[in-house]
Amino acid sequence: MSTLDLDGRQAVPGTLPATPVREGPGPDHRPTGRSRRRRPTGALLSRAAVNGLLAVAALYTLMPLAWLLIAATKDHGDLFGTGGFTLGAFHLFDNLRAVFTADGGIYGRWLLNSLLYSLVGSLVSTLICVAAGYAFDKYHFAGKDKLFGVVLAGILVPGTVISLPMYLLASEAGLVNTYWAVLIPSLVNPFGVYLARVFSEGYIPNEVLEAARMDGAGELKTFRTVSLPMLAPGFMTIFLFSFTGSWNSFYLPLMMLNDQHLYPVGLGIYNWNTVVVNNPEYYSLAITGALVAVLPLIAVFIGLQRFWRSGLTAGAVK
Amino acid sequence: MAVPLARTPRRRAAARPGQRGAVTVLLVPFFALFGLVMVAPIGYAVWMSLFQERSSGLGFGGTERVFSGLGNYSRALSDPAFRTSFLHIAVYCVAYIPVMIGGALVLALLLDSALSRAKRFLQLALFLPHAVPSMIAAIIWIYLYTPGLSPVTGWIESLGGNWAFFSADHALSSMINIAVWQWIGYNMVIFYAALQAVPRETLEAAVVDGAGELRIAWQIKVPVIRSSVVLTLLFTCVGAVQLFNEPKILSSRASSLGSTWSPTMYIFKAAFERHDYGLAAASSLLLALAAAALSFIVSRIGNRGKTA
Repeated sequence: MSTLDLDGRQAVPGTLPATPVREGPGPDHRPTGRSRRRRPTGALLSRAAVNGLLAVAALYTLMPLAWLLIAATKDHGDLFGTGGFTLGAFHLFDNLRAVFTADGGIYGRWLLNSLLYSLVGSLVSTLICVAAGYAFDKYHFAGKDKLFGVVLAGILVPGTVISLPMYLLASEAGLVNTYWAVLIPSLVNPFGVYLARVFSEGYIPNEVLEAARMDGAGELKTFRTVSLPMLAPGFMTIFLFSFTGSWNSFYLPLMMLNDQHLYPVGLGIYNWNTVVVNNPEYYSLAITGALVAVLPLIAVFIGLQRFWRSGLTAGAVK
Repeated sequence: MAVPLARTPRRRAAARPGQRGAVTVLLVPFFALFGLVMVAPIGYAVWMSLFQERSSGLGFGGTERVFSGLGNYSRALSDPAFRTSFLHIAVYCVAYIPVMIGGALVLALLLDSALSRAKRFLQLALFLPHAVPSMIAAIIWIYLYTPGLSPVTGWIESLGGNWAFFSADHALSSMINIAVWQWIGYNMVIFYAALQAVPRETLEAAVVDGAGELRIAWQIKVPVIRSSVVLTLLFTCVGAVQLFNEPKILSSRASSLGSTWSPTMYIFKAAFERHDYGLAAASSLLLALAAAALSFIVSRIGNRGKTA
């Protein structure tokens, strides 16, 4: 596939931050030795303009999340009776209790389902991706370029478009309305294979494999005991993206699942949202439920910044 | 735009027997699942698309599947609702892509300029919406569009304005805003990361030559991250083709959007409301074809510029 030729691929590892084997400067540590000192007032003005624009952008992206946080602390009356950013009486804990007890406590079930789909699905999927990406990087075999072309083409296949064919096939196989219907499709992540190949190039020097072979270790044992540990940061990055992908997945579960008890949390909140027009008391449930569903991911992204950064860096420099 | 690094020379042409076994073990799980989840469904959809459900006899006694050749494809293509949904996506792309990609590019350049502060915090702040599931993002924005619930409508009114987010005139811009919110920071981080590959020597030389920040941005930095921009464009187009969550949720309030605004909504309705699986399968494949054509065109345009 000519679209995604990998001519620039070798450039990637040098720009990866948090790479254990290289000490190249990460994106944020580049010396900023290029500020100039002419026209102090002009520079001051443009400095204000640049930072002002960036601050406006940050306000735009953070405002809805701040609103969600505040709205989740209000009772139904205050939700509509007070301004969006003025605090009403503090009802966060009442709202949380309502979320977790509504409809027979089904929200907890949804959270656990999401956790199952995302955690188990992503762990297995990441392992599969890393194995494949590693094989593409470290071995030469017949048809390698063609096979990798298939992987790259897979990246471009629109997931939503093949969801219906998946549904048709799953219903033929009797898998519709089971955990498998959501779990199995989430295991395939062609972009993860691409990332794994890039990470494998960056993290595992070929000399290490040569040394392991000299010692008489089998190829698969080398993968398990030498290469996989060295790939740990890359594993984490792919896992993180795969996890968010699963957690955010909506269209596929919407098609595959009828039984509320199998819903992931996103689909559950969507269900609550569909009834708010006639039952406005569900607004609080949907808002607080959305907050509870979003917070874990936000926490993960704040905690694991270097991993998503390195993933986006690897994806960027093609 | 490869930073010249020595390529590792090929050390052996063919794999040793032990290695061949390892390669098989490492690759089989992925490709087996790939076949199961991507190839097989497409094949099955092709098969399904060749049949139609006909009610047999006098209308009772259920339906039977009859071979109809390309009948489903011509039914989809001759359905104005299906054709219009493509038009909607085209209009959406024309409005959305320049705003989102242009915005992300400008923000990345601003952040990369020597003048900006708090680079790490800003990257995180702009990226955070990506951690919000797109369906929940759409719901949050719907609430922010709802008069009485939303602070935003209040702000607009206090400025003396009036903006009905769900009206027929503004539904599209409301939808675009949801998508921009989710993707602008994500792509900004990609562009910003790519900008770190601009050689410092080049920038210093440009400064010595008296080039201003603006000129450096457009004439040195943008060309360097060109391939990132093209790639982002490609993924954005593929994403736009399968747009579902935002219009689906918005259409519950903005009735002007209707139930078949986007092609995926059309497919969803064909399958789950009309139970016309042949039509749904045919339209899915047509949509996949359109996506492939669009990807091809975008990458062609991108690559042509690269070699020129």
